[in-house]
Amino acid sequence: MSSTSFSRNESRYFYALLGLGVLVVFLGYLGMHMMEEHGHIVSGMNNKIVWGLPHVFAIFMIVAASGVLNIGSIGTVFGQTPYKTRTPLAAIIAIGLLAGGLAVLMLDLGRPDRIIVAATYFNPTSVFAWNIFLYSGFFGLAVVYLWTSMEKRMYGWSKPTGLAMFAWRVILTSGTGLIFAFLAARQAYASALLPPMFIVLSFAWGMAVFLLVQAAMYAWNCKIVDEDMLRRMKNLLCLFVISSLYLVAAYHMTNLYFAKQTAFEMFILRDGGIYPILFWGGYVVIGSLLPLALVYMPGLGGTKSVVTASALVVVGSFTFLYVFIIGGQAFPLSIFPGYEVSSSFGDGAIGSYVPSLPEAQLGLGGLAIAYLITLIGSRVFKAMPHDTAVAATNKHD
Amino acid sequence: MSEVNMEAKPNLDRRDFLTKSSIGLAGLAIAPGMMLFDLAHGRAQNEAASNKVRWGMLIDNNKCETGCNDCVTACNTENGLSGGTKPTDSQWIRKVQLKDTFTGRVSSLPMMCQHCENPPCVDVCPTQASFKRADGIVLVDKHICIGCRYCVMACPYQARSFVHEAITDQKTEVPRGKGTVESCTLCVHRIDKGETTACAAACTKAGHNAILFGDLNDPASEISKRIRAVTSTQIRADLGLNTGVRYEGI
Repeated sequence: MSSTSFSRNESRYFYALLGLGVLVVFLGYLGMHMMEEHGHIVSGMNNKIVWGLPHVFAIFMIVAASGVLNIGSIGTVFGQTPYKTRTPLAAIIAIGLLAGGLAVLMLDLGRPDRIIVAATYFNPTSVFAWNIFLYSGFFGLAVVYLWTSMEKRMYGWSKPTGLAMFAWRVILTSGTGLIFAFLAARQAYASALLPPMFIVLSFAWGMAVFLLVQAAMYAWNCKIVDEDMLRRMKNLLCLFVISSLYLVAAYHMTNLYFAKQTAFEMFILRDGGIYPILFWGGYVVIGSLLPLALVYMPGLGGTKSVVTASALVVVGSFTFLYVFIIGGQAFPLSIFPGYEVSSSFGDGAIGSYVPSLPEAQLGLGGLAIAYLITLIGSRVFKAMPHDTAVAATNKHD
Repeated sequence: MSEVNMEAKPNLDRRDFLTKSSIGLAGLAIAPGMMLFDLAHGRAQNEAASNKVRWGMLIDNNKCETGCNDCVTACNTENGLSGGTKPTDSQWIRKVQLKDTFTGRVSSLPMMCQHCENPPCVDVCPTQASFKRADGIVLVDKHICIGCRYCVMACPYQARSFVHEAITDQKTEVPRGKGTVESCTLCVHRIDKGETTACAAACTKAGHNAILFGDLNDPASEISKRIRAVTSTQIRADLGLNTGVRYEGI
């Protein structure tokens, strides 16, 4: 297909992509409806693994939403001009991801019909309740940020808004980490390292998502990313991936050092079946080392390598969250240290969890919401970054 | 005249003494009965729970019979639970088998919501559906629970269950609902009527007397006396939650 025929049919392709997104959202709706109608019995979750696949999707999207705005911060807060042109796109993706993540979280509730209760009853000691404010504030600020970065009259407000956005998302991602860090009785979670770990993970995941969207948009518009810009962005991606690895290593190493946590670490890192496989194979090798190799190996590091590396970082993020959220719950609570325990309620036993189709549908539906908002938003607001772009010839041949 | 008057005048001191003594004696005789009456009838329906009381239980691990499940059965019957033991079924109380990894000693004990003074489930609940009553009972308000399950994650005792499917044949005194979280209510509906918990009653009926229920704040209560007399422990005391359920013999 030539680029001319692509331009002629561009609108059709857009609507085809839109239709695809709507279809997946509809599948998500069916999954949600199934869980709403029959209860969580149709999910793989149970009284031991109370948060499952929907939470993996939701937390990925919420964390990545915060991270993707890092692109904007680099431009507006830290004054890196080439990133400024990317702020509107970053803001649109962030809004989309947060909307998708929150939709999944809310629709997975046992009583999603009572969501208004969450807004009208407030418990000041609950980090969940704080997050309701943090998420709504994030939406509001992201919209203002989008406005100040696109409306010439508002350019002056771009930096202060960017600063506020930067501070807000650091607090928001800390809040996501704190949801787990405050679980004092759970070996997997009670660690003050979690908020900073989630912040750094958000940088990596957000950058990976941005690079994927950017690559798709450039391909769509028959352009290629400026070489210098690509080099900067891929270096930044790798820096974030390495920093994430460092904090994840620090989290596991500190746990290993505490004798009472050793059994949990052995489970997650060595003996836990699917969890060590996903951790080492999924997060460490596929999600971290392979992307680094794709960027830095001699002869690699071009656009395709960077796009593949970004996709692998996203795959790694899902495996990381699966191990963190589900593996963390599967390991039995230490209720009676020094005793071997058993009961009809799974005391002392590893929890079992098999994700079900409705859960996967719900999670994918959330991703599709993020995709649709990005697709429509970037078209309506013409958020295509413009730097020293070079028109690609015969891109679609 | 004066002599006659003197004779006719009643002996007030003596009468007064007798009257006051009678009242005093009657009071002494009735008071314990009145106190028992109060205790037996719990508090009036329009009377709020008081923080002067703190309900709790002391469980004697030595008396708890391995293999006996009467407390669990009684709880299920009292609260309308199915008694199923699938990972998605609600279990408000369970028997936990313990084996000391050092000595090899085997024992068992009932495990349920520990009705903490500082309950993590109440701290994390975004809507305040998880709450602690003034008398120390930790409950879930079924009307404002949104089913986020954060409390299940936060409970150190794995004491909470999530209702995974629709429920039929509920007990009118024990509201439950699909999509909400639930746990041991310390048989609050029985306590408010002045009765003991179903598990404690069943244990007594079985002759084990391993579960002692009562007011931890009342120095004269049997549970308080026993807690002062024997070595009792709180499970995961390191968390500093000050549980209302205590154990002895572990």
